[in-house]
Amino acid sequence: MQQEYLVQDPFKTEEYMINMGPQHPATHGVLRLLLTIDGEIIKKVEPDLGYIHRSIEKMCEYDTYQQIVHLTDRMDYLSSHINNEAVCLTVEKALELEVPDRVKVIRTIVGELTRLASHQLWWGVFGMDIGALTTYFYAFRDREMINDIFEETCGARLTMNYNVPGGLMFDIHPNFVNRVKAFVKHFKTKLPEYDSLLTGNIIFQKRTKGIGLMTAADAINFGVTGPGLRGSGVAIDTRKTHPYSAYDKVNFNIPTFTDGDVYSRYKVRIAEMWESLSIIEQLIDNIPDGDFKVPTKAVIKLPKGEFYQRVETARGELGVYINSDGNKNPYRVKFRSPGFSNLSILDHLSRGYKIGDLVAIMASFDYVIPDIDR
Amino acid sequence: MRLPLFLTTIHDWLYSMMPEIWAKIVEMVLIAVGYLAFFAVAGLFLVLLERWIAAWIQLRRGPNRVGPGGVFQTIADALKLVSKELTGTIKADMFLYNLAPYFPIVSALIVLSVLAFSSTIQAYDVNIGIFFIISVSSIGVIGILLGGWASNNKYSLIGAMRSGVQVVSYELSVGLSLLTMVLLTGSLQLSQIIEVQRTGGWLILQGHIPAIIAFMIYMIAGTAETNRTPFDLVEAESELGAGYHTEYSGMKFAYYFLAEFINMFLVAAIAVTIFFGGWLSPFGITDHIIWLQPVWFLAKVGGIILLMMWFRWTFPRLRIDQILTLEWKYLLPINLVNIVIMAIIILLGWTL
Amino acid sequence: MTNAELQNSISTWNPEFTFTEEATEFLTLTVAKEDWYKIAQKLKFTPELDFDYLFCVTGMDYGTDLGVIYHLRSTKFGHEMVVKVNTSDRENANIDTVSDIWRTAEFHEREIHDLFGIYFNNHPNMQVLILPEGWEGYPLRKDYDDPVNMIIR
Repeated sequence: MQQEYLVQDPFKTEEYMINMGPQHPATHGVLRLLLTIDGEIIKKVEPDLGYIHRSIEKMCEYDTYQQIVHLTDRMDYLSSHINNEAVCLTVEKALELEVPDRVKVIRTIVGELTRLASHQLWWGVFGMDIGALTTYFYAFRDREMINDIFEETCGARLTMNYNVPGGLMFDIHPNFVNRVKAFVKHFKTKLPEYDSLLTGNIIFQKRTKGIGLMTAADAINFGVTGPGLRGSGVAIDTRKTHPYSAYDKVNFNIPTFTDGDVYSRYKVRIAEMWESLSIIEQLIDNIPDGDFKVPTKAVIKLPKGEFYQRVETARGELGVYINSDGNKNPYRVKFRSPGFSNLSILDHLSRGYKIGDLVAIMASFDYVIPDIDR
Repeated sequence: MRLPLFLTTIHDWLYSMMPEIWAKIVEMVLIAVGYLAFFAVAGLFLVLLERWIAAWIQLRRGPNRVGPGGVFQTIADALKLVSKELTGTIKADMFLYNLAPYFPIVSALIVLSVLAFSSTIQAYDVNIGIFFIISVSSIGVIGILLGGWASNNKYSLIGAMRSGVQVVSYELSVGLSLLTMVLLTGSLQLSQIIEVQRTGGWLILQGHIPAIIAFMIYMIAGTAETNRTPFDLVEAESELGAGYHTEYSGMKFAYYFLAEFINMFLVAAIAVTIFFGGWLSPFGITDHIIWLQPVWFLAKVGGIILLMMWFRWTFPRLRIDQILTLEWKYLLPINLVNIVIMAIIILLGWTL
Repeated sequence: MTNAELQNSISTWNPEFTFTEEATEFLTLTVAKEDWYKIAQKLKFTPELDFDYLFCVTGMDYGTDLGVIYHLRSTKFGHEMVVKVNTSDRENANIDTVSDIWRTAEFHEREIHDLFGIYFNNHPNMQVLILPEGWEGYPLRKDYDDPVNMIIR
């Protein structure tokens, strides 16, 4: 039997399957990928989800609108503030509630800080995924400052729950402005360090350039949003196309890189950090006075109808669809999470590359698994 | 065997105590125990050093709790590993699975025996020194291959196969870069190689340009052979979990772990012996003080080890095809040309 | 294109189309499930419509009917619309897949299949994505009952 096989074709290779995850260092959580590989070359990637599925959409159907907000920062925990904001904006849109300018500006500043914190964590983890272990600690040095600001202002470092329908839960801490300014000043000197540690490294460039090529048409077809899409040269950003909060009052660019590989997605995120810093700088000195909240009823009842609101999280476009039948609970809530669509292109992108490349491609999309599973 | 003074007294005392054959055996056992002790201490110290260096590079504090400044941290770790339950897979090939961890550690120990720590401390000054080192150190990869195969785990198998491919390829570069230097010395014996450097200056200066090229190639290939970043894709934790030692725990894992660090020591020691004059002091400033020789040797080795640790904590990891491309398309041809250049330089007498 | 222009343009295919703009910001078109695949093709491949970006696919349980809501956008022109497809068959609910038109629908449809039990015809890989193998029932349906895992206030 053995000999027969050898005689037939001594160089024949066989495909085999391995499980990547649900406990695997590179999947950043409980994502399970079924890899069909031939030696090192990937033939097929089949994601298997659900290991952290809490059915938030079903839970929402039994909760009031104020309660829904608190569920959302468990989805994409790295963009928790932006997720909260998305639900609050949907409710405010449905109620036709105009929030004060102060709220809008604070939401934007905190949202951009969240984006920075998320991108910093991504940068650290990206380095780790391709083997540069030091990046993690550099990123966390700076991220710690943002988390401290959050802790001082709203009591939590990660799942912040700072938004409520109609405004904010509390006003900003008196130190907020000074500490944000100190952070911006600090991070402007530290961000070039990120480039000198990782971006310029020849091994890093060899590992990322030309890997995971995604055309613009593919990206749109697969519903990829966020830095992934902009790394393929499509300048679509919800903050520009559907401005919310104070994004229509600030000047910022949508950084795009046209190569569509891991390296350009990396560059987009680094550039986005600069843009976020610039947005914060424009707003931090001009926080208008006023209330931090519009009083709402204790039980919010949305009018009958369908409401859709999208925001740009650090990973892409988050959509919130609320179908209301006029009761205090929504009839149906759907979260269009960016990670779910970004994951669907993984198989298409990683075929033919090697295991090491798959890790780099996954890192370049910055998957957060609770965001994919919801 | 040539021994320093205090060891010579022990030598004489042993031979006066018992018949010659027994004295010889006892002496060999004592030397082996001494090397084992050095092996363990060096391994533990290197782990500790690595953690300190890593912490320093990564803006952390590193081990600082156990003992003064954390010096006993790795001893505590070793105790933990010794007392740990040995878990493994049921479906593993038990004989090979248990055998595998001994290959890297034994081969590293054997190589240690021919190193010249000073003019007198050298267990066995074999006349084919470098050849012996290269051939014995390549046995270690068998342990990795066996361990990965016997674990009955696909990740381990991928890691082991990567290791096999990588070590077999880079063995060429290590051998050829050392061969370049052997052209200068005309001898494979380590004591002879150092003698040549005592009179003519360190080989990296004697051979100038081709020697520096050979040193760079040796460092790259040596790092690759010890499976350290940027060539650590054998155990690339973000790709393969832990690579070939995924299924190992406790002391068996510790053998692999220690062997990695001892291999790093060996690579550095060979580099020092071949390129930087072994135990010779710079410009012969303290050559007449015998007891400073091992200090100089270990100091130089420490310098090379720091360089390798610096690589590890600042470089990303290469991909398997890039590693092979680097070896077969760049290092190997450069190396071959380099040998010819070295030969021409020696022929024309252009050495320094 | 504005919503009115969109409505005019699409109405030329079939004057019986029913559009609504009530209680929603999008132009909403409800189509029969038999027509859906052809309309989807037209929506994407008609050059002046060019709905190339399917940004949200939502499964719905209306109580009696099951439905899927497709949110479409044209990245080129920036216009958006919503298409609703309903089916009244709760036991063997099935709708044609559009995963070959918009690849992003592949995962969304698999999710809806898990959670609502709507089968998508011609889908390349209509297997369980989120739920464990052999899960009984469809959790996001309104009549789903799980006294162990659901706490209803």
